[in-house]
Amino acid sequence: MNTNTPLIYVGNLRFRWPLDQRDVMDIPELSIQKGERVFIKGVSGSGKTTLLSLIGGINLPNSGCINILGTDIGQLKQSRRDQFRADHIGFIFQLFNLIPYLSVIENITLACAFSSRRKANALTKSKTLEDEAYRLLSHLQLQDRRLLTKPVSDLSVGQQQRVAAARALIGSPELIIADEPTSALDADTREHFLSLLLSECKLSGSTVLFVSHDQALENCFDRSIHLNKLNIAKVSSQKEQNEGMS
Amino acid sequence: MNLSLLLKLTYKSILNRRFTSYLTLFSICISVFLLLGVDTVRKEAKHSFTNTISGTDLLVGARSGSVQLLLYSVFRIGNATNNIGWESYEKISSHPSVAWSIPISLGDSHKGFRVMGTTQTYFEHYRFADDQPLMFKIGVKFSGVYDTVIGADVAENLGYQLGDELTLAHGIYDTDFARHEDKPFVLTGILTRTGTPVDRTIHISLQGIEALHIDWKTGTRSRETVSAQQALEQKLQPTQITAFMLGLNSKMDIFRVQRAINNYKKEPMLAVLPGLALGELWQLIDVAEKALLIIAVFVLLNSFVGLLTVILTSLNERRREIAILRSLGCRPIQIFILLASESLLFAIVGCFLGALLFLIATVLSHSILQEYGLHIPLSSFGSEQLVLIAAVIGVSFLIGSIPGYRAYKQSLADGMSIKL
Repeated sequence: MNTNTPLIYVGNLRFRWPLDQRDVMDIPELSIQKGERVFIKGVSGSGKTTLLSLIGGINLPNSGCINILGTDIGQLKQSRRDQFRADHIGFIFQLFNLIPYLSVIENITLACAFSSRRKANALTKSKTLEDEAYRLLSHLQLQDRRLLTKPVSDLSVGQQQRVAAARALIGSPELIIADEPTSALDADTREHFLSLLLSECKLSGSTVLFVSHDQALENCFDRSIHLNKLNIAKVSSQKEQNEGMS
Repeated sequence: MNLSLLLKLTYKSILNRRFTSYLTLFSICISVFLLLGVDTVRKEAKHSFTNTISGTDLLVGARSGSVQLLLYSVFRIGNATNNIGWESYEKISSHPSVAWSIPISLGDSHKGFRVMGTTQTYFEHYRFADDQPLMFKIGVKFSGVYDTVIGADVAENLGYQLGDELTLAHGIYDTDFARHEDKPFVLTGILTRTGTPVDRTIHISLQGIEALHIDWKTGTRSRETVSAQQALEQKLQPTQITAFMLGLNSKMDIFRVQRAINNYKKEPMLAVLPGLALGELWQLIDVAEKALLIIAVFVLLNSFVGLLTVILTSLNERRREIAILRSLGCRPIQIFILLASESLLFAIVGCFLGALLFLIATVLSHSILQEYGLHIPLSSFGSEQLVLIAAVIGVSFLIGSIPGYRAYKQSLADGMSIKL
C-alpha cells in the first residue's frame, strides 16, 4: 500500500437517522494517516458515536464516501462490511465491554473467532490464541492469572477496560476505535490505562481513533480533531441530540 | 463463520441463566412427556379396545341398544336388561347358516371379578385381536359342573393356583349373605393373558350356573337348600342365558341372519355386528380421548409461551452483549441464529428428557396399566412419536425466530450506540 494513502479518508459524508428530516452528520473531508494517534473531542451530542459507527461500517452514510485501507466500505455488501470490521477494526467502549458469561480469555479470543485474518496474525506472535491473550494482558499489566479465572463481572472497571483493550488489540487490527474508554475510570487509572493502550498500539503499528470529551488527555495524541468544527451539520433539536448520544 | 461458535455462545449464555433455564427445560420436558403419554395411551386404548373381540359374526342379546349389549356381553360392564330363553338360543344356533355358537350367562361375581357361564365351545371359537384363540397358561378346560377356568388378571391379583377352591357370590357385589359358599368351585385352568376383559373373567359351565341357583328364587336364597351333591343329581338344564355369540358359515349370510334374529317373533332379540358396535362405542369414548389430547397440546403451547417469555425478557438484558458481538464483526443473521438457536436447544433437550421420562414411566407403570387392560410395549415409541417430537422441535424453531427476529432488527437499529 502506498504510504501516502490515508488509512481513513472521509469525503462529503452526510448521514441522517432513518425517519429524521435533517442530517446529523456532514463532514466535507477527514483524513487520517496510518499509525496516527488521533484524539476526537466533542461535547455530548456532537455525534461522536455516530461518526464511529459510520467508520466502523455499522451504519451507512446517505451520501459521500468512507475509505478505509483503500476500500470504500459504503460499497461493500453488509456481510462483507461486517467481515471488514472484524478483520481490520478493534473497538473499545465506555463501559460493559465484556460478555458476562465468557471468561476473560474467552472474551479476548472471541475477536479471532470472527476473523481468520486476526487469528492468523495472533498465531504469528504466540503459539496459541490463549497465549497471545496472556501476552497482551501482561503488557497491559494484568498478569495475575488468578484474576483471570474470576467471572468478568467481578473485575474492577479498570481491569475490565484493560481486558477490552486486549480484545481490541489481539490479531493486530489496523485501526483501534476507542469510544470514551476512560470516562468511567478515575484520574489515576485513566492516564495509566491510556499510556498502556497507546504504547501497545504503537508496538503493533495500529492507528488509534480516540473519542473523548476529556480535554486533559489531548496531549497524549499526535493530533486532535474538534468534532463540532469537523461536522458542519446543525445539531440542534433535542431529538437529534439524544440520537447522537451514547 | 462457524455455527459451532454460535452454539457455544448460546450454550454458555443459557448456563449463565441456569435457574430460569432449568425451570424452562423442566416445563418443556413435562409437557412433552404429557403429550407422548396421552398420545400413546389413547392409541393403545383404541388398539386394545378394538382387539377385544374378533371372529364373532353376530352378538345376540335381549332387545336393547347395541352399545349396551356390547358393554355387558363383551366388556362385562353393567347388566343385561333381560335374558333370552334357552329355546330361542337352541333354535337360532341350529340354523343352517350358523357354524358355531357360544352362549353366555352372566350375573355372579367373585371378589370383584365377573363370573361367566358358558360352554366348551367358548374355548374353541372365541377369538380376540387378530383372530387369536384363547390359550391355557396352565391346566385344562372345565369339564365338571364345579370346575372353573380363570383369566390371567384374576389369577395374578388373587394369587390362585390350580386346585384352589373359589366361593362365588350372587350378583356383582360380593357380600356375606349373597355367597354361594355351599358350592365351591375348583380351579382347573388359567388362561394366558389376552389384554381383553377375558383376563378379568371367571369362567364356569352353564350347568355350574344352574347348580348355583337351583335353590335361589327371585334373587334370594330359598328355605330349602340343595347341597352341591344333591344339585349334581338333578337335571341342570339352563332355561335362560344372557347373550350369545354366533359364527356363521359364510360372511354373506350375516345380514340375513341378523334380520332373522331381529324379526324373531317369539322373543324380542337384538343381533349386532361386533365391529359396528365397537365403532359406535368408540365414538363415545373418542370425545374424551380427543379432549385429553387437546389439553396436552395446550399444556405444551403454554410451556412454549413460557420459553418465549424467558428469551424475550433476556433479550433486553442482552442488548449490550449483542452490540459487542456486532462490533466484533458478528453479522445480524448470526445474531438471529444466536437467539433462535436458544429455543431450539431448549426444545431438543426438553424433548429428549421428556421422551426419556416417558420411557421410564412406561417401564414403571407397565403392571399398573395392565390392570386396566392397557398394554404399552416399549416398541410403542415409534415413528409416530418421533414425528410428534419433530413437530415440537419445528414449532420451537418458529417460536425462537420471534426473539431472533427482534434481536436482528434491534442489532440493526442500535448500531453501536448501546442504549441501556
